[in-house]
Amino acid sequence: MRAKITSGILIMANYSTNEFKQGLKVLLEGDPCSIVENEFVKPGKGQAFNRVKLKNLMTGRVWERTFKSGESLEGADVMDTDMEYLYNDGEFWHFMATDGSFEQHAADAKAVGDTVKWLKEQEVYIVTLFNGAPIAITPPNHIDLLVAETDPGLKGDTAQGGSKPATMASGAVVQVPLFIEEGEMLKIDTRNGKYISRA
Amino acid sequence: MALSIGARIELWASKKAAIRAFFAARTVQEVSVPCVMPAPVTDPYIDVPQAIAPDGRLLGYLQSSPEYAMKRLLAQGAGDIYCLTPAWRIDEVGRRHRGEFTLLEWYRAGFDGAALRAETSALLQILLQCPPADEISYRDAFLQHLGFCPFQASDAEIAAALHQHLNYSDPLSRTGALQWLCAAVVEPQLGAQRPVFLTHYPLDQAALARGCVHQGFPCSDRFELFYHGVELANGYHELIDPIEQRHRFEADLAQRQREGLPQVPMDEALLEALPKMPDCAGIALGLDRVVMLAAQADSLDAISLFSHP
Repeated sequence: MRAKITSGILIMANYSTNEFKQGLKVLLEGDPCSIVENEFVKPGKGQAFNRVKLKNLMTGRVWERTFKSGESLEGADVMDTDMEYLYNDGEFWHFMATDGSFEQHAADAKAVGDTVKWLKEQEVYIVTLFNGAPIAITPPNHIDLLVAETDPGLKGDTAQGGSKPATMASGAVVQVPLFIEEGEMLKIDTRNGKYISRA
Repeated sequence: MALSIGARIELWASKKAAIRAFFAARTVQEVSVPCVMPAPVTDPYIDVPQAIAPDGRLLGYLQSSPEYAMKRLLAQGAGDIYCLTPAWRIDEVGRRHRGEFTLLEWYRAGFDGAALRAETSALLQILLQCPPADEISYRDAFLQHLGFCPFQASDAEIAAALHQHLNYSDPLSRTGALQWLCAAVVEPQLGAQRPVFLTHYPLDQAALARGCVHQGFPCSDRFELFYHGVELANGYHELIDPIEQRHRFEADLAQRQREGLPQVPMDEALLEALPKMPDCAGIALGLDRVVMLAAQADSLDAISLFSHP
């Protein structure tokens, strides 16, 4: 990210359509967006334009916009940082940087979103910071979670198919094999919410 | 499907050999023209690199096409000629764009637009083993794909289409809006089954083509060729009226001024040559894109010998 520090204020660079690359973070209508796709179009005669897909990082929605070629957007001060989840104080979820800075950030319910059901103390999450404040929390792809509640396991039934719902200590409800018992530690894929194995 | 460097070289060489054989059989002669010329195109939306001497002197402009140079040859009685040459554009980079690319351009004395389209179709059939080209007028293509007539629709109707299809609401000239809608909505749908010539562009998009009346509307005898939604060529029944051409150059330069774009010199040698030119038609074919389609690829990356930029 090209940015320079002037008297302690972070000045974000402007990016022209020529520089739009997948993953570049820019500001559109005040919201931070990540460029998903950028197609350059030049009419046989006339002004060139770029058809751009941008993911709004606040809402997750993908916008399709057209820009005159050479137009520019302001870069967005967006950073993905590894942080450990500490605790919830009833209103905010608190995270601490794992880079040795011990820097702490409080994320609100909007930033935490659906990830709330995968939160586990001391686990490391990707916290997306916009202008220094959390706007999104991404769980690790695989996470080990304790089974808090499920129907009793069927003795000896370790091989057959069939599944039952289990509520994990973090709150997520996952379909697990019938032989799983309360108190067991399971490996879950957070991307699709599926049981992988016993941990 | 990544082509090896050997396969890419062979593909390019075979297409160039086929082109040379095609024109040899028709007694159209190959010429080479200077890459650096004293003036660039005046088109406000085409910028080319400049050649600068070590002491800072401007030596000339790298050409966006061999057109001006070839027309000077035509004025001297060159007859039917073609040229395979590099061409340049600044800041045009994308799946189908490169800052430097290869053009095949040729001129046929005594041909009108229809005759040159037929010849181009014959060449493309050889290069791409494709069916003969169809054609559709600019107006009919708009009626078919956008549901309005580009000559008669109200400005509000055109602005609404621009918003609907491109999510673009800033002011754009009527011509500019039509150009964007054509490139974004009409062109990608052209040539799905067979190559298609888009003909009879509005007169204000004539470039160096002569004017004509088509379906009762003031048009230009300019045509572009599309296959699988990819623009491959741009041709004209050539304008040979130097006064009209000077007006168009001046209009381009005035527009550059209005929009704060760099001023460029007019090619006076071309204007001088125009009245001596024979009645002829000419076309420029983007060879990179032809080779890309021959490789059934959708990006020039698949066939380029060098990675860009």
